[in-house]
Amino acid sequence: MNTVLFLILYPVIVAFLLLVLPQLAVRKFIVVASTVILTVASLYLVVQYFSTGAVFFEFGSHALDIGIFILEIALAAIIIYISLKHKQFLAALLMLIGAVMTTWFELAYGGQIHATNNLFVDNLSLIMALIIGIIGSLIALFALGYMEDYHHHHHNVKNRVPFFFFIIYVFLGAMNGLVFANNLIWLFFFWEITTFCSFFLIGYSRDEIATRNAFRALKMNLLGGLGFSAAIIYLFVNAHTVELNQLPTLASTVVLLPVALLAFAGITKSAQMPFSSWLLGAMVAPTPVSALLHSSTMVKAGVYLILRLSPVFAFVEGGATVGLFVAMVGAVTFLLTSFMAISQMDAKRVLAYSTIANLGLIVLCAGVGSYELMWAGIMLVIFHAIAKSLLFLSVGTVEHNLGDRIIESMDGLITKMPKVAVGMVIGISGMFLAPFGMLISKWAALEGLVAANPILAVFVAFGSAATMFFWTKWLGKLTMIKEKPADFVAKVPASETFTLTSLAFLTIAVCLIFPLISKYSLEPFITSIYGHAYLLDQSNVAILLIMMGLILVLPLRLLTYGELNYKPQYLAGANVEKEKFYGSLGLTRQVTMKSFYLNNIFGEDKLFKLGVVSSIVLIIIMFGVGM
Amino acid sequence: MSYLPKSPWLVHYDASSCNGCDIEVLACLTPLYDVERFGVLNIGNPKHADIFVVTGSVNEQNKSVIKNIYDQMADPKVVVAVGACATSGGVFRECYNVQGGVDKVIPVDVYVPGCAARPEAIIDGVVQALGVLEEKYKNMGKVAK
Amino acid sequence: MSGMNALLAVILYIVLAPIIGGLISGVDRKISARMQGRYGPPILQPFYDVFKLMAKQNIVVNKHQKFYILCFLIFVIITGAIFFAGGDLLLAIFALTLASVFFIVAAYSTYSPYAYIGAEREMLQIMAYEPMVILTVVGMYMVTKSFNVIDIATYDQPLLFSLPGIFLGFLFILTIKFRKSPFDISMSHHAHQEIVRGVITEFSGKELAMIEIAHWYENVFLLGIVCLFFASNPIIAIILALLTYFLEIFIDNNNSRLKWQSTLGSAWIVALILGVGNIAFLALL
Repeated sequence: MNTVLFLILYPVIVAFLLLVLPQLAVRKFIVVASTVILTVASLYLVVQYFSTGAVFFEFGSHALDIGIFILEIALAAIIIYISLKHKQFLAALLMLIGAVMTTWFELAYGGQIHATNNLFVDNLSLIMALIIGIIGSLIALFALGYMEDYHHHHHNVKNRVPFFFFIIYVFLGAMNGLVFANNLIWLFFFWEITTFCSFFLIGYSRDEIATRNAFRALKMNLLGGLGFSAAIIYLFVNAHTVELNQLPTLASTVVLLPVALLAFAGITKSAQMPFSSWLLGAMVAPTPVSALLHSSTMVKAGVYLILRLSPVFAFVEGGATVGLFVAMVGAVTFLLTSFMAISQMDAKRVLAYSTIANLGLIVLCAGVGSYELMWAGIMLVIFHAIAKSLLFLSVGTVEHNLGDRIIESMDGLITKMPKVAVGMVIGISGMFLAPFGMLISKWAALEGLVAANPILAVFVAFGSAATMFFWTKWLGKLTMIKEKPADFVAKVPASETFTLTSLAFLTIAVCLIFPLISKYSLEPFITSIYGHAYLLDQSNVAILLIMMGLILVLPLRLLTYGELNYKPQYLAGANVEKEKFYGSLGLTRQVTMKSFYLNNIFGEDKLFKLGVVSSIVLIIIMFGVGM
Repeated sequence: MSYLPKSPWLVHYDASSCNGCDIEVLACLTPLYDVERFGVLNIGNPKHADIFVVTGSVNEQNKSVIKNIYDQMADPKVVVAVGACATSGGVFRECYNVQGGVDKVIPVDVYVPGCAARPEAIIDGVVQALGVLEEKYKNMGKVAK
Repeated sequence: MSGMNALLAVILYIVLAPIIGGLISGVDRKISARMQGRYGPPILQPFYDVFKLMAKQNIVVNKHQKFYILCFLIFVIITGAIFFAGGDLLLAIFALTLASVFFIVAAYSTYSPYAYIGAEREMLQIMAYEPMVILTVVGMYMVTKSFNVIDIATYDQPLLFSLPGIFLGFLFILTIKFRKSPFDISMSHHAHQEIVRGVITEFSGKELAMIEIAHWYENVFLLGIVCLFFASNPIIAIILALLTYFLEIFIDNNNSRLKWQSTLGSAWIVALILGVGNIAFLALL
């Protein structure tokens, strides 16, 4: 219980410390120390609670509830003020409606609300806490070196690094609060804080595009927030409860609509279609922000909430139909964003689309809500968080060294920046290849889907094919063996190296120990909900581990090749020297190669419209079913 | 005894041939002669080929190409010069830009005469080249495989 | 399947698959030649080719390409081993994808224009056939309620009768997998094509031999999947697989190469109509 409170409050305290102590040396010390402290604390929490099952805490008082209410209104006032200042009236209006709803609810029912258990810990919260604690603080560590570099490269951006770190740590605290909250009002409070934090982070550079994208993210998430608070009000008025763990036990007449509203909130936060554009817009922010939003926080909050609703979809009468439409939104998003990722040349946009696609897959799993898919969904959350943060941060490092983040310029990165490139290869493999994590969960998802709803498996079949395409072509670009320009020197700050190395090792380590995670964490958790758990077939686990072992051992073969006969590439006999050929007009030309982007087939504009229309229709039907 | 003679793969390069010999080389692949009976494939890639078949004489433009292609073939390899031009420069021998036969640039193992060389002659030349290939393989063994 | 039997099956597969695959390839060349009015090479020709390649000097652009090809061969073998041990069919398919990715990355690593275009087209091919392969597994699960090859193989009814659409769809993408015209866009067993030898342009000697052997293993695995459609009667299953292969040779000799757009488009349309149609039919039944 104290550890839980510590994990929520400590980042907030660090945040204020970083705000008031802007000296670089002090910041370095605090960030490094908190990385250690947060990691240790979240590990300690796991040790405390991993075998206890769900534990509920009767923490809180009426005064605290009022405090939270006042804080919420104060934050709303700030947001409205900023929105008005930027003439963003829609954002101000949405925030105002939200604030009015909250105030009305507080005034009308404030005295009656009584939640027995405001906080709780179970294995899903523990996993989320580990992701937030370890990956979140590693990203903060990475940002130490990166933000120095960032301001080195962007002279026109005002240096507001202390504020940046303030928001980052508040974000981590809020995320921890979000995963430990059982009282929906508290959960909503933390939910809104993550919305505000992401707003400030996306708009960090304060230029026109950044501001516009920040407001777009704000508007979409506020809309989801409205759904969330409507769900709370409806739930309390009709069922007199605001506790998350009560949802699956309620009658279907009162629970379906709020669950649909909550799922809607989750869909906005996890950037599912039609709300995917805010996450793409968030790419303008400094890379650690993208990594944070995409891997360990923000979007994970959305899928976390939908995963929490899974039991409702599974057990409440009529819940399966609502769940089906949630799953359909996820399926459409997975399919279309995987397609769109093919047409992208900007590395960060590819990563963004792949994030949305993977979140779609998680939403798909959570929406169907069978025990196999619950397993797959949580595994996806874990593996995705690690591999995606690794990839984002690597792209950030590469961008500072190459000058841009276009995939085409990463030709032969393995000869230019071998360590970073190997990290990226691990990350990319982690996203789609066989013995690595994402594929294990995708496999489980596919098996679960076939058993539950084979038509949904069709979406996964086509989406996975596209996934393979865009990852492999990037992988190929990275692994080209190309002459390194003589004047190229890679500069990677120590904090970045440390974070990237840790994440690369984590990616592999999690793949090696995933049977243990499954056995000791997921199986008890899923059994407690469904009565039985997804059991991995022992022989398949063995095969996966053998494959993983081979992948780790086989590269040693590279060291054992002795003298080889090197000959240049075949260039139809017109070779002049390596990678150069005798071209027309007697000119010596350099070999250059560009990838397929298949814009005519998988172009953004067409597919995006299709996705928006179909997902809006699906969401409307979902609400219809909920009523 | 190696398997080299049972599976000779060719790379065919048209230096500055008038296409007479080239047509005859390709005629060997047609159903009438069908050199695939002997495992011969026209592979079109020096890195895969064992036998380098050159038609036409060498001039300033294609000198480096012949060298490059020969250089990119894996040992053991043999060169077959097909037709009068490839063996000696033929009627183009005295041209200002012609250097002469293929042996001015790379070592040639088998010379196939004719203008144009007949398919039977070409097949015979390739079969003779197989003997040279086998011999080169044995010698290669002594140096380094 | 008990542990001993599975082990025996794997060992038999590892030993026999290259022999069977090589023989099939030899017969393929012979039949193709006869279809073209030629006499054709000896049946054992593919073995002569591989033994010759083993004896050749090894030339490389860089050492990484050797490593990737080694991984390609190993993971193709693992794919078949999972399959013939009666393991999870989906896992086998994913292992095959991993192997293909190694193959593609090997081509990329050479930084050669021809290999590069070949690799890109190879990825397009995978993207084209992958959905249908997964739908095949999905369909097999819907009938037999299991992903394990052993359960699918010992199912008492022939799958062909409940999965006719999926079988036809699988036949269609087999043309891509066997690298037959009109879909041999990334590389071809026939000599000439517009991108030299596509993916395998930069591999010679031992590596080329390994690629060839890997393809033999792969073909045996693919024919194994075809056999699953009639596994209740092994003799008919083998006849079915051989007929399938004959059909592919026939298609190969009667078509010229198409553009990648046609490969991707037709494969997905076939998957959508035959694959999804069959699955929807089973789901509604």
